[in-house]
Amino acid sequence: MSAQGTYDWAPGFYDDGDRPQIVTSRFGYEDSHTLDRYLATGGYEGLRKALDAKPEDVHTDVRNSTLLGRGGAGFPAGVKWGFTPQGVWPRYLVVNGDESEPGTYKDRLLMELDPHQLIEGCLIACYAAGLSRCFLYIRGEMALAHERVAQALDDAYDNGYVGKNILGTDFSVDIVLHWGAGAYVVGEETALIESLEGERGMPRLKPPYFPAAVGLYGKPTIVNNVETLANLPFIAKNGSAAYTAIGTETSPGTRMIAVSGHVKRPGVYEIVNGSTTFRDLIYGDHFAQGIRDGNDLKAFVPGGGSAPWFLPDQLDIPFEGKQAGQAGSMLGSGAVMVMDSTTDIPAAALTLVKFYAHESCGKCVPCREGGTWLYRILERIVAGDGTDADLETILQVGESICPGEMPHASSERLGIESHPFPYKMTTICFVGPSAYVPVHSAMTLFPEEFTSRVTKREVRTMIPVTAAPVGGGA
Amino acid sequence: MTRLNDQNVALAREIIARYPKKKSALIPLVHLSQEQNGYVTEEAMRHIAELVEVTPAEVYGTASFYEMFRFEPTGKYLINMCGTMSCALMGAADLMHHAEHKLGIKAGSTTPDGLFTLQHAECQAACTEAPTLQVNYRHRYRVTPDEFDQLVDDLSSGKLEGEIPPHGTLGRNRQSIPADKAVGAVPPDEVDGAPGWVTITEADA
Repeated sequence: MSAQGTYDWAPGFYDDGDRPQIVTSRFGYEDSHTLDRYLATGGYEGLRKALDAKPEDVHTDVRNSTLLGRGGAGFPAGVKWGFTPQGVWPRYLVVNGDESEPGTYKDRLLMELDPHQLIEGCLIACYAAGLSRCFLYIRGEMALAHERVAQALDDAYDNGYVGKNILGTDFSVDIVLHWGAGAYVVGEETALIESLEGERGMPRLKPPYFPAAVGLYGKPTIVNNVETLANLPFIAKNGSAAYTAIGTETSPGTRMIAVSGHVKRPGVYEIVNGSTTFRDLIYGDHFAQGIRDGNDLKAFVPGGGSAPWFLPDQLDIPFEGKQAGQAGSMLGSGAVMVMDSTTDIPAAALTLVKFYAHESCGKCVPCREGGTWLYRILERIVAGDGTDADLETILQVGESICPGEMPHASSERLGIESHPFPYKMTTICFVGPSAYVPVHSAMTLFPEEFTSRVTKREVRTMIPVTAAPVGGGA
Repeated sequence: MTRLNDQNVALAREIIARYPKKKSALIPLVHLSQEQNGYVTEEAMRHIAELVEVTPAEVYGTASFYEMFRFEPTGKYLINMCGTMSCALMGAADLMHHAEHKLGIKAGSTTPDGLFTLQHAECQAACTEAPTLQVNYRHRYRVTPDEFDQLVDDLSSGKLEGEIPPHGTLGRNRQSIPADKAVGAVPPDEVDGAPGWVTITEADA
């Protein structure tokens, strides 16, 4: 079967249901990636408007829009831009197009289907924050995105939208398309910068906490996610008030969310931020339309593989960071993975633990060693070779990565209350904790699937090592 | 022989010039060498070291960190089978089992004719269209066993040559910045002062 979705050229994307479209407004055109289509649909008008205003006024308007970063942490973009130290030059923009969080599928679509929107967003950010060079770092495994963005950049240069004296002004910026080479951890912003400097993609020690102060080549650097930047043309063109009119006060605008797994209609949806609930997303007619084969919902991952799991108990929580955090998880990168009643929970958790163990960069011991041990232990439990002692070891290893109580959801069935996000961590970045999160969630919310899977250590048979019967024989 | 050829050296110099520091071009140049040779050779890494002015060990140190760089001959078509959660929930394990039978090799190896390398892969950012795979980093969605067979047959017969270039080629087109329009990369320590469009008040503050 080929990809599904409203349009043949937009795999998995659906725009039925009359929702506002800020970043996906051109996905309905087969030639959405071309400059002609972009210009015919209001493209680069936001940039023109921005260039008519003072940079600081554009910055103020983005700050007023409360546009939250879409990479995972959800930090306000306008505030982040303000962290660059005054009077230190040059400042750089690095675009994080290294989308690889399990379950996440949005930035690739934005790069493949509307590359000019991203380019315009980069230009607006550079103009507003005084960033004089932009590096667009695209995950290496996205061949089509590379082709589309490269073509769009060539066309934008040829027509005066990028490069020297943009649109006849004194605003001059190069945008350099950079090829990644496959490493999940590079999505962490300081690792992304290391990689861009030609190094192994390992996160930097903190402090300094923000690349905005010390980033690429030691200079102030703004790192923004693709979807974050893709929102800027709308804000620049229509103003922050038009943006905050959509969504809620704490979570304005829209978000792109991928719903995958055991649903009738898995897909990517641009949703109203802050108010759309997980129930809407998983069961709504214009969203994923419920669980496949008439099965029941067992659990779901609300915000990418790094997020603690939710149960049907949490379906009415909206896409709003604070409420999701109180309930014991996070919204992360906008990825909902749905498990129905047929799911083998320890095996499902194993796929994620394996991922994070594999993607550890090796810099922090708790992640490098702990992640690998979590993977090995869980693998033998799933294979039926685990013991009750293994379950304790998992918790001990987890404690060494995330000391103290872990965030988790409440469960009426188990009679447990939620513990809010976030966790404490002994590692520089979130890859280490992310290896523990899925197995912790699975063991907390479905303890019986683990206890029934393991044998008691003391009843294991001893292995005979003597070659001949003891005490005689022939 | 496996150093970058003249055409690629010219391209490499163009790429290097885009960065304020030469070493930033290291990963793009390793890609370029993989495109030329099908995998990353020692000779190519030595050559790249000369071009970006670091030691060969530094080139290998960086290159060996990244999944996409392969240091041994690789099939013309590298088939990456996603096995992360969404694909696993939708039958990735069975599809991998089928793929191994169809190609007659275990994951992690190459067919004797050098045409296919099959391997496990992690999330490919296509989670709603599971199970997915990539051939030379080009997606295939909701793959059934029959479709996998058809794909292998089409690749073998050369039917997909226009669409899927040989392993190592990242894009069928690449960015080219026209010299007269480029702002140019200045070493970070040689930049003094704010860019032209930034208003004086902020630059002075």
